[in-house]
Amino acid sequence: MIKDITIGQYFPGNSVLHRMDPRVKILLTGVFIVMLFAAKGIEGLAVGILFTVTAFLFSKIPLKMMGKSLKPIIPIVIFTAVLNLFFIRTGKVLWEWKIIKLTQEGIDTSLFMVIRIICLICGSSLLTYTTSPIDLTDAIERLMSPLKKIKVPVHELAMMMTIALRFIPTLIEETDKIMSAQKARGADMETGSLMQKAKAMIPILIPLFVASFRHAEELALAMECRCYHGGEGRTRMKQLKMSILDLWGSLFCGVFLAGVIVIDRVLG
Amino acid sequence: MAVIKTEDLTYVYGDGTPFRKVAVDHVNLEIEKGDFAGIIGHTGSGKSTLIQHFNGLLRPTSGSVYIDGERLWDNKARLRPIRFKVGLVFQYPEYQLFEETVYKDIAFGPKNMGLDEDEIDRRIKETAKLVGLSDSVMQKSPFELSGGQKRRVAIAGVMAMEPEVLILDEPASGLDPKGREQILGMIKEYHKAKGNTVLLVSHSMEDIARNVSKILVMNDSKLFCYDETAKVFHRSAELEKMGLAVPQVTRVFDRLKAMGFDMGEDVYTVKFGSGLLLDRLGKKGAK
Repeated sequence: MIKDITIGQYFPGNSVLHRMDPRVKILLTGVFIVMLFAAKGIEGLAVGILFTVTAFLFSKIPLKMMGKSLKPIIPIVIFTAVLNLFFIRTGKVLWEWKIIKLTQEGIDTSLFMVIRIICLICGSSLLTYTTSPIDLTDAIERLMSPLKKIKVPVHELAMMMTIALRFIPTLIEETDKIMSAQKARGADMETGSLMQKAKAMIPILIPLFVASFRHAEELALAMECRCYHGGEGRTRMKQLKMSILDLWGSLFCGVFLAGVIVIDRVLG
Repeated sequence: MAVIKTEDLTYVYGDGTPFRKVAVDHVNLEIEKGDFAGIIGHTGSGKSTLIQHFNGLLRPTSGSVYIDGERLWDNKARLRPIRFKVGLVFQYPEYQLFEETVYKDIAFGPKNMGLDEDEIDRRIKETAKLVGLSDSVMQKSPFELSGGQKRRVAIAGVMAMEPEVLILDEPASGLDPKGREQILGMIKEYHKAKGNTVLLVSHSMEDIARNVSKILVMNDSKLFCYDETAKVFHRSAELEKMGLAVPQVTRVFDRLKAMGFDMGEDVYTVKFGSGLLLDRLGKKGAK
């Protein structure tokens, strides 16, 4: 069961989206969000939907994976829909019962909101589906590098993120092993009251804690042996490079953003 | 009656994903009560997966495991008692220590069994003596001990449950020769004292040859054979083909035989081999 936890949600592949520069992808995700919020009417939103669908098709991610990323936000979607449905009281009344009033405008707005949220999640999860966590931290480091001027430890933050990502699978494996070992000694983690269950975690948490310190110490030593001294003057094995693909991607995104704004003005 | 019996035991990792791997493939075997058996096989041959089925930590993908004639996984509530019956010591068991004192850590297993205080105390003292932990060590924190001592504490933690079957996964790995000798010696001692079934997973043919009476060989997820030590080492050519070496001394005597000095077969401990050599030299009158 513990093995089912996926780290990030990277889905390996070689699509156009996979090959784009992660920095550009992060920036374009920002543009995409602006695009969705720039849309005021259903027509503008339609352009946004079209963009999401096209990007999705380009990414070659299976539809099932998309469904998976939508699952956790279902409560938010329902909440938004209900809120808009019953609290917008203007417009043509369709149905009324005591204080509950359903209006045309309410239905329109709640549909609009729901579609917008779904697009938002689908579109932005494409970023994490097509970019490995390591690439992502790399790109964040590069994008934030101007902040070094105001003494933000950008490299250190990125290194911390990379190390954390690197050790999640290791610690999961370790937890699995410790759990098996304690179960072999008769530890009972499934039955009992909440308090008993919490107590049953001690034989797992302490060895895990000790293990993390051990890993940290070993890693620090290994880094020091390789003369690691922070980000100053450090070069990379994998250089981030922009290609013609990124230009096309940006153009594509820009055209759609313009499309949303224009269509909203003309039809709105 | 066999204490451990498997029928077409199969285990598949990551079924239905691209990472699917058959780790144990239709294994049928019977381990008799009181056997002291070694389990060998190259890395990834399915040894560790196999032994985790014997105490119900892993659920077979298909096939079944019987402990004392009782089929595992028919009743999940019975798994815990089974784990007290079949004690499993994992590789690098010192990483599972967690209590404040060595005494308390060894007590963890027996306490889970629901034994009374006196019985727990008796068992701890007995195992501590067996594995060579002094009284002053018992009140120390397990985290202050040396690697070899930690290993002993962890093994004692399982031994104190007095399981009918004791399974140890590479109990001597990562220790120096003296430490190896001590750990293996105390396992042998335990077997002798209790007469319980002991299964020893190891990479070292020397360790296996010196201690066990039967050997189980795993190869490519399949059971290659389970037989008496002499008979298994007899098939040295086959073993070497699957990347397992017979003990060095057996190889020496194989070569001697090929060179025309036949001194009998089944030489797999240095002690026995050197005795044979001395005999022969004595007879011929070594100059």
